[in-house]
Amino acid sequence: MEVTSKDLITMIELDFQKILKSSSGEMILNVKLDIEQGKLVTLYGKSGAGKTTLFLILAGLLSPEKGFVKVGNEIWTDRAKNIQLAAQKRNVGFVFQEYALFPNMTVRENLVFALGKGQSEKIVDQLVEIIDLGQLQDRNPVTLSGGQKQRVALARALVKKPGILLLDEPLSALDHEMRTKLQSYILEVHNEFKLTTILISHDVSEIIRLSDFLVEMDHGKIIRQGLPSDIFTNDRVNAKFQFTGEVIKMVKQDFIVIVTVLIGKDLVKVIANDKEAENLRVGDRVMIASKAFNPIIHKII
Amino acid sequence: MIDWNPLLLTFKLAMITTLLLLIISIPIAYWLAYTRSKTKPVIETLVSMPLVLPPTVIGFYMLVAFSPANAFGNWLDNWLGLRLVFSFEGLVLGSLIYSLPFMVHPIQAGFANLSPSLKNASYVLGKSKFTTLRKVLLPNIKPSLITGIILAFAHTIGEFGVVLMIGGNLSGKTRVASIAIYDEVEAMNYSAANTYSMILFGITFLILLIVYLINGGYFKRSHYND
Repeated sequence: MEVTSKDLITMIELDFQKILKSSSGEMILNVKLDIEQGKLVTLYGKSGAGKTTLFLILAGLLSPEKGFVKVGNEIWTDRAKNIQLAAQKRNVGFVFQEYALFPNMTVRENLVFALGKGQSEKIVDQLVEIIDLGQLQDRNPVTLSGGQKQRVALARALVKKPGILLLDEPLSALDHEMRTKLQSYILEVHNEFKLTTILISHDVSEIIRLSDFLVEMDHGKIIRQGLPSDIFTNDRVNAKFQFTGEVIKMVKQDFIVIVTVLIGKDLVKVIANDKEAENLRVGDRVMIASKAFNPIIHKII
Repeated sequence: MIDWNPLLLTFKLAMITTLLLLIISIPIAYWLAYTRSKTKPVIETLVSMPLVLPPTVIGFYMLVAFSPANAFGNWLDNWLGLRLVFSFEGLVLGSLIYSLPFMVHPIQAGFANLSPSLKNASYVLGKSKFTTLRKVLLPNIKPSLITGIILAFAHTIGEFGVVLMIGGNLSGKTRVASIAIYDEVEAMNYSAANTYSMILFGITFLILLIVYLINGGYFKRSHYND
C-alpha cells in the first residue's frame, strides 16, 4: 500500500489560547497546529511572537486559558475537562535558550541527574559518544563555552529518551562554525532517536538546511506554514526575500564584477555592476535580496 | 571573674533558634519566591514585621498570649505541659519570631535570583518539586543560605527586648548575655558589664566579617546563570 501524507500519524495536536501580558500590552496567543511524527519543524517569527510560550505550554510548564494539547492518543492538556498532565510526566526533551545546566553538578552529573528511576547509565555513555562530550565530562558547566554548553544541554534533554525534542533558539548565540557543527548533531540525534523535533530559529539558511516543515508566527498567531523552501522562495519574491553572507572573492570582468558570497555553507555568485562593487571588499558582510528577477547586493555594515 | 552562664545560654539559644529557623524558613522563602497568590503581600508583611516593630511589642504580646492566666496559655500549660513565659522554650519561640526575616529574606532573594529555567529544566527531566528543591535549587543558593544562617545567629545574640519581656531575668534559665549586661550595669558592676560587652562585640564583629568575606555583601546574589 502506498503511503500518502494522510497516513502519517499526527503526533502533536495543538489548539489553544493563552493571554500573554508583556510590557507592550496584552497579546492573545492563538495556536492551532498539527505536527506529524518524526518531522523536524521550525517555528519562525519575531521575538515576542509567542514561540517560547508555545514550548512552555507543550512541555506543561504553563497552562493555556482555553483549548487542548494532544500527543498521539494521550491528552496532555484539556481545559474543558480540567486535564493538565504534569511537566514531569510528559515525554518531552527541552533545550532552553539559556541552556539551564545545573551549575552545582559536573557535565556528567547533569546527564546522570536526568536518568529516570532504574534507568541504566548506558544511555549517558551513548550520548557522550554521539555528542562528543568525552573530554568535558568532569568539567563544571560554568567553565564551558556557549557551544559546549549547548551540546551538554542537548545531551541532557535526550537522556530520558523523549519522543518530542524542543529546541529554543539553540544556535543563536553561536558563531558560524559552531552552528554548522551543532546543526549536524541535531540532525544526527533527530534521526538516531526517531524524534519529533520542534526548533525555534531566526536563521533562514539554518531553517532550510534542517527543517522539513516551517511554521511562521507573528503576534501570537500562526500566519503561514508549509515547506521552508516554498515559504522562503515562492512567497517572498520581493525585497523581503533576503540572505546575508560574507564576501569571499571579487572578480572583475569587463563592466561587471562577479562577487562570490558565502551564505551559511553555500557559495553563491552574484553579479554586481561597477558602482555596486565600488565599496565592497572581501570580508564584508552583505545582504543579498531578490528584486524582481535579479538579485541585488547591498553592503550591510 | 564573670559568670559564664549567660554567654553559654546566649549561644545555646542562638544555635537552636538558627537551626529551627533554617528548617522553617526554607519552605516560607520558597513559597514567597514562587507563589502568585494574592495573600503573598500579607504574608510578606507579617514575616517582615519584626524588622520594624519594637521588640518589646513582640515580647509583650507573647507574654500576654502565653501567660497561664489566660485561655491559650492555660491550655498549653495543662495539655502540653508547656509554659512559655519565663522559660527557655519561651525564649526560643520569641527568638524565632524576632529573627525570622533575617533568615527568610536572603533565602527568598536567592530563590528569586535563580533563573526560572533551572527549575523548569528539572521538572521537564521528570524530577519532583521536592527533588528539584533539594538537588537543584538549594545547592545553587548556598551563599544566600549562609548569609541567612549567620544573620539569624548574630541577630539572636543581640536581642534584648523580646527576651526581657517574655523570659525575664532568671539566672541559668533565661538570663542571656544582653540581659546580664543590663543587670550588671544596674548593680553598678561596670567591669563585669564591660567583659560581657567586649566578648559580644568581638564575636558579632567576627560573625559579620565572615558574612562579608564569604559573600562580599549582605544579600549578594549568586551569579551562576548570568
